[in-house]
Amino acid sequence: MLDIFMLISLIILSLASIGLLYRVVKGPGVTDRVMALDAIGINLMAITAIMCIMMNTDAFLDIILVIGILAFVGTVAFSKFLERGEVIERDRNR
Amino acid sequence: MIEIGKFIVGVLIVLGSLLSILTTVGMLRFPDTYTRGHAASKSATLGIMLILIGTALYFWITEGYISGKVILGIVFILMTTPVASHLITRASYNNGVALWKGSVRDDLEKKYKQQKKQ
Repeated sequence: MLDIFMLISLIILSLASIGLLYRVVKGPGVTDRVMALDAIGINLMAITAIMCIMMNTDAFLDIILVIGILAFVGTVAFSKFLERGEVIERDRNR
Repeated sequence: MIEIGKFIVGVLIVLGSLLSILTTVGMLRFPDTYTRGHAASKSATLGIMLILIGTALYFWITEGYISGKVILGIVFILMTTPVASHLITRASYNNGVALWKGSVRDDLEKKYKQQKKQ
């Protein structure tokens, strides 16, 4: 019974990722694309967790945390690039 | 007892994935960037938190150990996803992305003009 639940949620998450991919391709601005990619990363974390349950192993639980950290760092870097024009600024006091 | 726990886990995970597809519906149907950011941050955060709570509960029920990594992931997602959404929305406002035509008030506009005058 748990397998059926897991299959249903995998299908739902795949449909959600496809819809977000449409927003990535067609989004009117850059920021829409960045937000949609962030949400795709979150969906990927959910898919990894569900695969962990389906395969009955705890080997992939690190991957969830790593994907979360990478998605956050990528979004922050891209928003700083959009706002200031560069990601790592030069130190002017030196 | 284990079967009841597994049922609760399944319900939690299906609820989380339904919230995730609600995120997609919001991203596809809302009119401008800010409302889309609103949809993308809240429901995605709650959905992934429900799914990770279900995962931690599953490993606690079947294997009998509490996974610290998953709980750390829950706390991390709760802290970082709204911050990332705030940053990207502020970047789009500073780049001059227009609000939706039907929006009635823009509190940042006056402050932004003052900053430009100085």
